[in-house]
Amino acid sequence: MKHFAMILCLLSSTLLSAQTNAREVTFTTELKSYGGDGAYLALYLTNAEGQYQKTLWVAGQKSKYYKHLSGWARGSGLKTSEYDGLSGASVTSGKTLKVTLDLADTYIDSGFQLRVDSAVEDMRDNRNDVVVPFTSEGIDTPTSGRGYVKAFTYSF
Amino acid sequence: MLRKFHSLFGLTSTLLVVLLSITGAVLSINPFLERSQAKVAGTSSISVAELTGKIASRYPGAEQIQRNPSGSIIVYFTDGDQTGADLFNPIAGTTIGAYSTSQFSVWVKNLHRSYFLDTPGRAGAGIAAFLMLVLTISGAFMLANRLGGWRQIFRPIQGPTQQRLHSQVGRWVLLGLILSASTGLYMSAVTFGFIPEYQSAEPAFPENTNGGKPASIETLSALQAIPITELRELIYPYPGDPSAFYSITTDQGSGFIDQSTGQLLSYQPYSSSQKLYELIYMLHTGEGLWWLGLLLGLSSLSVPLIAWSGIQIWWRRKQSAITINNNSAPRLADTVIMVGSESNSTWGFAKTLHEALTSAGYRVNTTSMNSFATHYPEAKHLFILTSTYGDGDAPASASRFLANLEKLPKLPVAVLGFGDRQFPEFCRFAKDVEAALSARGWPQLLPLDTINRQSPQEFSRWGEAVSSVINTELTLTHTPTHPATTTLALIERVDYGVEVEAPTSVMRFNAPQSNREGLLSHFNRHNGLPRFEAGDLVGVLASGSSAPRFYSLASASKDDMLEICVRHHPNGLCSSFLHALSAGDTIEAFIQPNPSFRPASGKAPIVLIGAGTGIGPLIGFIRHNKAHRPIHLYWGGRCPQSDFLYEPELKSYLADKRLTKLNAVFSRVGERSYVQNKIAEDGKELRQLIEEDAQILVCGGRNMANSVSAAFTEIIAPLDLDIATLKTQGRYREDVY
Repeated sequence: MKHFAMILCLLSSTLLSAQTNAREVTFTTELKSYGGDGAYLALYLTNAEGQYQKTLWVAGQKSKYYKHLSGWARGSGLKTSEYDGLSGASVTSGKTLKVTLDLADTYIDSGFQLRVDSAVEDMRDNRNDVVVPFTSEGIDTPTSGRGYVKAFTYSF
Repeated sequence: MLRKFHSLFGLTSTLLVVLLSITGAVLSINPFLERSQAKVAGTSSISVAELTGKIASRYPGAEQIQRNPSGSIIVYFTDGDQTGADLFNPIAGTTIGAYSTSQFSVWVKNLHRSYFLDTPGRAGAGIAAFLMLVLTISGAFMLANRLGGWRQIFRPIQGPTQQRLHSQVGRWVLLGLILSASTGLYMSAVTFGFIPEYQSAEPAFPENTNGGKPASIETLSALQAIPITELRELIYPYPGDPSAFYSITTDQGSGFIDQSTGQLLSYQPYSSSQKLYELIYMLHTGEGLWWLGLLLGLSSLSVPLIAWSGIQIWWRRKQSAITINNNSAPRLADTVIMVGSESNSTWGFAKTLHEALTSAGYRVNTTSMNSFATHYPEAKHLFILTSTYGDGDAPASASRFLANLEKLPKLPVAVLGFGDRQFPEFCRFAKDVEAALSARGWPQLLPLDTINRQSPQEFSRWGEAVSSVINTELTLTHTPTHPATTTLALIERVDYGVEVEAPTSVMRFNAPQSNREGLLSHFNRHNGLPRFEAGDLVGVLASGSSAPRFYSLASASKDDMLEICVRHHPNGLCSSFLHALSAGDTIEAFIQPNPSFRPASGKAPIVLIGAGTGIGPLIGFIRHNKAHRPIHLYWGGRCPQSDFLYEPELKSYLADKRLTKLNAVFSRVGERSYVQNKIAEDGKELRQLIEEDAQILVCGGRNMANSVSAAFTEIIAPLDLDIATLKTQGRYREDVY
């Protein structure tokens, strides 16, 4: 009985992943207490050379400030189609942003990098606040950022 | 109407507007502080290329350079794993220190723009800006109305202390508040999309780079062409990424720079809508215009004061409101009383009339002239009791009367005007009403009558005329309601003039010890005295009399005593009562403010004129002339050896410059001269003073005042001026008895 359940579990998970070739990934970005206004963040994927591939999330409502997320702004060309449906509120000092997305398996362990750009009103912009390779080994390993990001973690 | 609107808006928005102003004032200092830290002098000849060269040697990991509107240069850099931001001296090429925004500023800024309530708070701040604009503009209109037009807006303001403070400060900060509020409102409207946000057309990313080896930053031609005074922001490309660009933002637009050729690519100038927004932003924040920021901050700082005095004005007016009992409904009333009143005192007379008619069996409807009914089926008589506002205008509660007159059914009418004869447009509005009614063919019950200075005698005489015309015995005894009295004890008296048949005493009172006890009086008024200023009146109730007698005050409450100057009239009830007092005896008294008889604010010379006990308020003004404003005193007595009131004190004021010139004349010795003679003699000098905007204050008997007025009419004729003009300008005031 025990064996049967285990087989069932294995089988269903293989089946599911085979069906979609994608998986649910959760990105957790915890901010330092930098003390300013809400931070604008861009979470995006680049290839190993740092070339922009795909927007994962933009935190911050006002598109007129997006140019301060300069690495991402350059890569995405600030085209609305790049971040349509992938934006939300800015993140307050000391708080955590948690985003869960379905991502194609092909991005994992293939040399792609996850990057976070950050900006706060009246404070410095941080291009590449976080740069971390997107690998299965890196799961649940917090990376500290150079700017406002205290710890960045992804899990799937 | 305007005033109701102004006080309604003011009261409801006080808290929001005051918070907005205080935080705004705090923030206004920032541009100035930044400016004082920044090194700006001599930077216009430095190009961005030169600056980046200086920066490159100190900060190999520079990522971004920013120039604030204040002129400070901030370098954002990476050093190993650490990031930082430093203030940089572009001339010396040295680091000034680490750059950080103050937590306090961020906190205040959030309070200022959203009361810490995010989007609802931002809406609140926008509404508060709107209310502030409405209040400022309506206040300005009220002031212009009151002073007789926009050209007169800087004329001296008369009135109770609170009102003077409110208007005085208000007119100085008017433009600053309008600018702050309207720019704030504009920014809020943009935030909420009521005004379309400018589209910041971003320059397109260049398709591809030259791809060559990156050149040293100080050699890039595009950067050499831009002086740092125009720079806003320069973002460096990623080290080791040959396909990336510098992106630059200047005062005029933004674009990209190729890191190997140094060419400016896809430059995009700002749209005019963006420039407009930036201009408005600058006007609001003072960022880039630190001096304007400080000026606006200063004007904001006055808002709590204006709000506080405004609330006090409103509260006093509300407290003096009068209620009419047994008011009949318009459809039942056989008699109608309409009241035009500015400060509610006319309502007191209306109440007396209402009560007398009601007790004689009439059904009376009393209403304000603005809110009459259009249908009075039973009415037989109409009484209109009205004062006049300012320069002959309708008082607040009658402002729409003449416009709506057509709607009123014609009734036999009697108009009674209330006013003060010393103003040139005495009872003007009552006269206008009378004229309008007779032009429309209204039947007259009684011809127009007037009441000077709330005289109960004149009012009771009018009551007799009313009695005979309506065939009903009415007794109109109006005792102007006076505030609760205070007990005062005589501490000292100095007697003069017995030898010249003019026994006169300077009497000083203070509050008896029992008044000064208790916690409240301890905090409120240390000396136990009510609040008053020199020139106000004290109403004294002689024992056994309910009608007060008024005396001008020679001291202010801050002098810790109440001083009056009383001449004994043989048949005078109150003066006999006072002259019989000896030290320690007590009286019952109350204060009646008399704000129109007071030196106007400013530095212009003052001419004080009085005879006999008229010296009272004048000595008070001199005593408080700590600023050593030029004061010329003309005073008339009988004999210098007997009734030279305040002689030693006046001489000491001459010595310490509180008094500029003392002209005392005496009618029973030497040249036997009166004040008006001395004034005519000094005509040339006085004309000169009037040309210097001097204010004239006259206190004494009616006859003396008339002679003085006649003398002045001749003196100022060559200046193309008359007394009436001086009176409307608040430069000729009389306190006459």
